[in-house]
Amino acid sequence: MTLHVDLAHRLPGFTLDLAFSAPPGITALFGQSGAGKTTVVNAIAGLLQPDRGRIALDQTLLLDTAQRVAVPVHKRRIGYVFQEGRLFPHLTVRQNIRYGRWFAGHDRIADTGRVVELMGIGGLLDRRPATLSGGEKQRVALARAILSQPRMLLMDEPLSALDEARKSEVLPYLERLRDEMRLPILYVSHSAAEVARLATTVVLIDQGRLVMAGPAAEILSDPIASPAFGPRETGAILTARIAAHEDDGLTRLDASAGALWLPQVDAAIGNTVRIRILAQDVMLALASPASISALNVLPCVVREVIDDAGPSALVQLTAGGDTILARVTRRSARSLALSPGKAVFAIIKAVSVARDAPGQHGTRQDR
Amino acid sequence: MADWLTTEGWQAVALSLRVSFWATLISLPFGILVAYALARWNFWGKQVLNGLVHLPLILPPVVTGYLLLVTFGTQGPVGRILNDGFGIVLAFRWTGAALAAAVMAFPLMVRAIRLSLEAVDPKLEQAAGTLGASRIWAFTTVTLPLILPGIIVGSILAFAKAMGEFGATITFVANIPGQTQTLPSAIYAFLQVPGGDGAAFRLVAISIAVAMLALILAEWASRAVARRIGAS
Repeated sequence: MTLHVDLAHRLPGFTLDLAFSAPPGITALFGQSGAGKTTVVNAIAGLLQPDRGRIALDQTLLLDTAQRVAVPVHKRRIGYVFQEGRLFPHLTVRQNIRYGRWFAGHDRIADTGRVVELMGIGGLLDRRPATLSGGEKQRVALARAILSQPRMLLMDEPLSALDEARKSEVLPYLERLRDEMRLPILYVSHSAAEVARLATTVVLIDQGRLVMAGPAAEILSDPIASPAFGPRETGAILTARIAAHEDDGLTRLDASAGALWLPQVDAAIGNTVRIRILAQDVMLALASPASISALNVLPCVVREVIDDAGPSALVQLTAGGDTILARVTRRSARSLALSPGKAVFAIIKAVSVARDAPGQHGTRQDR
Repeated sequence: MADWLTTEGWQAVALSLRVSFWATLISLPFGILVAYALARWNFWGKQVLNGLVHLPLILPPVVTGYLLLVTFGTQGPVGRILNDGFGIVLAFRWTGAALAAAVMAFPLMVRAIRLSLEAVDPKLEQAAGTLGASRIWAFTTVTLPLILPGIIVGSILAFAKAMGEFGATITFVANIPGQTQTLPSAIYAFLQVPGGDGAAFRLVAISIAVAMLALILAEWASRAVARRIGAS
């Protein structure tokens, strides 16, 4: 199931006009505050009637202002996980997650037990929302949305109200949801780290307009997109296979450009994981560095050098079949004579690892 | 016990209870609708509606009673339609007393329900909508249970106000013993005759008891419900 969106809407001091598609997997709708992300998801859910637009799930039309079609909210069957959860305070967790079932009809009753287990809320069923922590509330909200038998899910910054500890509590559940339910998920976020960890497709918007859209690995390693993510959060993602857990506590991962050694990665040998390498954590050298403490050195070829904010430059590198980004000073770029086609060695100082989204890699869309 | 009050006195108490019960019950759906409209909707004429609802609170009751008589009397525009079309006569009947009590108590009911509505997040109904609930279902299953404390308080206040309504009632339906003589009207009537002080005082005591009971009940019930639905 793929969601197709084409919208135009005028708000005071702000005009939204964009089109994109969200294939199965998690499509991150990324942009700064005020970029129009919530307006887009509210229009998809049917909570906002746009001035002009067409929204369809595969062939099912949800909105077409030209044909005067506007399916009401409760008939769209689009699950919505709100920033603040919006659990019903007078109902227990069990009653909350069953709420959508009243309306879903008997023929499509999902396996409550499986969803409860998937979200890890088995111990909370008889409690009221007021007694739950922020992370528990969001997991209940996720379960409630899934059990309403939606054709797709919308998530409007579901983690932004949580502190770091609660975020890392909920993130694995989102990954499981992405990998085990075959639903398109449109995930609104302004956190590059969340996008890098979860997204299969990225839709980048700015001031109501589409900047670019496509597979997460491609968008995140595009220097053009860097200003949207910010200098500290710019970084590429690539996939690697767990090759070995070695005796000294390191795990060897095979990426397309070579081997990486990371402290104990919690995954079985043979599994693939998604790794994120921030541009600021990559150093470049012309010769293979000897006598250096860094373990992770990949041979690369420079594809593009782009001047970045202030005194720095972004270097896009081809590393085997993957792309990585490095941030260096313009002075270094000059003294190393970095230019397209030059062979260099990338010294990677830090890597973060997340679960891979197997078989889900978005498709490039027109800009 | 029965001769503690005169027959007339008992009749007045019974009539007041009946009038107040029906006045409260019939106006409740309207009270919820008007409170919802005032709290949640933006529409043309909202301030006019708000003013109309609150008017009986500010106008002299005798004016309200007179307007009811002019409108709902057998010669009034609405009264004639009700009489000719449905055979319903309100003027000088206990049903008229119920109408007068309902109109006078309506602002109190609406205010109480509106207050509790404003404390309920309207976004909860949106959430219910995305889960498949139509607007009327979203209201019934989410908002209505959450405003139950307000509905109980509003109803009890309206009932107590209806028990005490005097000015509009006596103007609209007069003071006919056994038919339209409510508790306050009976007190007034007893005070007009020599030696009626004793009977009047006993009715006053009943009035105070009913009012106090209503207030305590309202407080207790709203707390109990709020605790049960976990809203507090």
